[in-house]
Amino acid sequence: MSRFVYLLVFFFSFPVEAAIDAYPFPNTELQERHNALIEELRCPQCLNTNLAGSDSMIARDLRREVHRMLLEGMSDEEILDFMYERYGDFILYKPRLQKGTLLLWFGPLIFLLLVSIVAFRLVKSRKARISTLSDSEVKRLEELIGKK
Amino acid sequence: MTVNKSLLIPLVVFILLVTVLALGFRLEDPHYLPSQLINKPFPEFSLPDLHQNDRIITKADLTGDVTLVNVWATWCPNCLVEHPELMRISREEDIVLYGVNYNDETNKAIRWLERHKNPFKLNIVDNKGTLAIDLGVYGAPETFVLDENGVIQYRHVGAVTRMVWDSKILPVVSLLRKQAPGPSGDSE
Amino acid sequence: MIAEIGHFSLILALGLAVCLAILPAVGVYYRRVNLMQLSGSLSAGLFVFVSISMVCLGNAFLNDDFSVAYVARNSNSALPVQYKISAIWGAHEGSFLLWSLVMAGWTLAVSVFSRNLTLDMRARVLSVMGILSVGFLLFILLTSNPFDRNLPVFPQDGSDLNPLLQDFGLIVHPPMLYMGYVGFSVPFAFAIATLTSGKLDSAWARWSRPWTNLAWAFLTVGITLGSWWAYYELGWGGWWFWDAVENASFMPWLVGTALVHSLAATEKRGVFKSWTVLLAIFAFSFSLLGAFLVRSGVLTSVHAFAVDPERGVFILAFLVLVIGGSLLLYAFKATGIKSTAGFEWTSRETMILVNNMLLIVAAGVVLLGTIYPLIYEALTGGKKISVGPPYFNTIFVPIVMLLFVVMAVSPSSRWRKTPLEKIVRQQLVSLFASLVMVTTLIYFFASKIEWVAVLVVSVAAWILINLLRDLFGRVRNKVDKLTALFRQPLSYYGMLLGHLGIAVSITGVCLTVYYSEEKDIRMAAGDLVQLSGYEVLFKGVKKVKGPNYVADQGELVISRDGEHVVTLHPEKRFYQTGGNMMTEADMDAGLFRDLYVALGEPIGESAWAVRVQYKPFVRWVWFGGLLIALGGSVTLLDRRYRTAKRKVAASATEVGVTAQKTTTQKTVLGEVR
Repeated sequence: MSRFVYLLVFFFSFPVEAAIDAYPFPNTELQERHNALIEELRCPQCLNTNLAGSDSMIARDLRREVHRMLLEGMSDEEILDFMYERYGDFILYKPRLQKGTLLLWFGPLIFLLLVSIVAFRLVKSRKARISTLSDSEVKRLEELIGKK
Repeated sequence: MTVNKSLLIPLVVFILLVTVLALGFRLEDPHYLPSQLINKPFPEFSLPDLHQNDRIITKADLTGDVTLVNVWATWCPNCLVEHPELMRISREEDIVLYGVNYNDETNKAIRWLERHKNPFKLNIVDNKGTLAIDLGVYGAPETFVLDENGVIQYRHVGAVTRMVWDSKILPVVSLLRKQAPGPSGDSE
Repeated sequence: MIAEIGHFSLILALGLAVCLAILPAVGVYYRRVNLMQLSGSLSAGLFVFVSISMVCLGNAFLNDDFSVAYVARNSNSALPVQYKISAIWGAHEGSFLLWSLVMAGWTLAVSVFSRNLTLDMRARVLSVMGILSVGFLLFILLTSNPFDRNLPVFPQDGSDLNPLLQDFGLIVHPPMLYMGYVGFSVPFAFAIATLTSGKLDSAWARWSRPWTNLAWAFLTVGITLGSWWAYYELGWGGWWFWDAVENASFMPWLVGTALVHSLAATEKRGVFKSWTVLLAIFAFSFSLLGAFLVRSGVLTSVHAFAVDPERGVFILAFLVLVIGGSLLLYAFKATGIKSTAGFEWTSRETMILVNNMLLIVAAGVVLLGTIYPLIYEALTGGKKISVGPPYFNTIFVPIVMLLFVVMAVSPSSRWRKTPLEKIVRQQLVSLFASLVMVTTLIYFFASKIEWVAVLVVSVAAWILINLLRDLFGRVRNKVDKLTALFRQPLSYYGMLLGHLGIAVSITGVCLTVYYSEEKDIRMAAGDLVQLSGYEVLFKGVKKVKGPNYVADQGELVISRDGEHVVTLHPEKRFYQTGGNMMTEADMDAGLFRDLYVALGEPIGESAWAVRVQYKPFVRWVWFGGLLIALGGSVTLLDRRYRTAKRKVAASATEVGVTAQKTTTQKTVLGEVR
């Protein structure tokens, strides 16, 4: 995912490669679930890359685990839980809905509502101010035009 | 100067934003991940011993006293950096070290330990990295402090230096020993 | 020596910037024409010296002067010459010098192309821009000097530019992006100048529009280029990741789009005057915020520059002073602004308001998601969280869909009031037509029917149909239709192109998301794989050599229905100097689909992991972006800017300060009309 990588961090491998594992799956459904999961899981060692895009050792190992768990018949939820138990919220790109993320998930809606109310009141007040010039304004207009 | 209160809202929001951003400076290194396994039991495993292929090590081998478990590998440069300190700990400090050889080759690891000396009582061969994953390891080296029941009490990421031992690990170890009657009685 | 000249040049530039920030402002306050007129020459001087500095840095790169630390870190004697030049902005210090150069450039441009501004206004605007230059140059000189030397011991050869950056993308993407970011300082300066002058009429809107549209067009191009670059460079076919740095460029774009629309309303109808000022402040604020996020190390990103809290603190302080100050000024001075024009619920003004509202919410959502890890860490005392594409896509997409619906109906709306009856019927007909059209197309040409894709593309088609209908409506009653087409104002075509660009982009995004096919498989020489109607034959891998790398090059022959389509050569390169490995994907670009292949690791003796992808309409994403940028730029050529300039210039040269009365007059009349 690096559009331009400006930072070389010594301890962390940076994703210079697209990670391509040719894991065999018995059907396309599992393959697609695999692809979706490794895009949703974050590489714990990298600078903001998902498992799909990282070639670091831990990312390779975790992709292998996802493959194994899919073949064992675990559900997506179970696989994500597995990762969460070991690496915490950090590894999930989709934040879980919990106390600390209420603001994250509901904030946008609240913001939208607030902004809508402001906009609503604005339009309402402008509707009241339609066209006709008051007498004093007409006079002023004539003054200005006349002056020129 | 009269001020329409609502016009101050953008400024207030901005100040809130800046506060959040400023917080970013005082927070920990953004690359540091706190461990999910604190106060959780060490994961179950059964993996071979590095020096005795036919022997299988399990979690039970790690319990009994407060111990250190160190995740290391021959390809890891910082493991070499911390090695002298691990040797010192194994000689001078009253604690046992166990090693987890992570994603490595057994022969290479044995030779590495011969060259640099072996501070570990036992070395667990984790060639596929499955134990490391269960431990939530994301880079080597990492060092775990276990209490006598095999519950993880602390994790350090990165090389263990003398300073790290003194300031971070030793206090945890001391506290754990005080709280429990270990084989050495009330130690320290 | 040259590096020292460059360094000294920057110091001189800083001095000139300080003068520019102070002297014309003093001239405004004390009504001294000579001081106000200094703004022109000071701007020119500022630009000259920052340019000299940039040229010196370029010289250091071209001559492989590795005693300059920045050159040693980012270049190498074996680096091809075009990358040596673009390596100038390959890392933090140099890219910020580019930022300053662009700032000085816009400052000069404003001073040259503002003959129609009153002297007073021009002085105020340039003074604000001078203050910004002071901030940027001070930042470079104090914390990020690209001219620092590595003496007495310096390396024989440099560490080389990161291979990912050794690409055309580095040559164009940052300059375009910075032209956009920094360009928003112009409407910002105009907004501040308006607030300080106390003359809160809509004249400032008319003056700012061309500048804003141009800056916005550049930003659009910058973002488009970045996405395209990521796509062909990274080897996995992705083009947007909601990374902190990508978001840093997207937020000012969203606010900038709102600003572009709001300025139109303020200029034409005198409405939203104070909101437009606020938007101008916000747009530039987000640019500065973007700079902060990318360079402070507060957020984790693969794109981020070197982590250095000291720099982050400086930028944050600068942010607080500039934006905090502006918002404070706004709070105190915007009270005098009152729009006299009214409008109905069904008016175009309302459409624009709703549009801007949604854009602001979108920008807010992106901001929330981007900084949430910081908030969460503070809330929970140190726990880490990640907010990535699943979150952004879930929240962003519905907002954007609402936006598209507004965009679809807005060309039919009229200022002040739109007669509803006609419009509602028209809209329903065009919506129905687009649904039918798109469903039919997808039924015949696509592998399966995805109803979400049908819906979204229908909205895009609806936008297109409405645009065409509006265009035909304008020429329908004219005798000479062709001439009538040509006589439409260019700003109308700008709108047309801009909205069309969005429709094209949405179509590209949607179709590529729903109809892409990707396969990662083990292939040995002679293996064949099916991909969305294409047959891909792997012919093996051979070793090749490049200017500064060696590579394993694969050969894949792609055919369709037995006919050869293309042969692709993906590579796995190893750069000797830096020791980096890189995947260089190969693709067959097409207007309606891309075929994309990348080489993974060797499997055993004879096989390789190969990724093949079919990506339909992905080019439309960027093609749409270019259309949008074209639309924005086209508005600059509008006749009214050319003729108005001549008219107002005539009257403005009489007396600098008193000419303001003339423009105020024009504005009052404009509102009455």
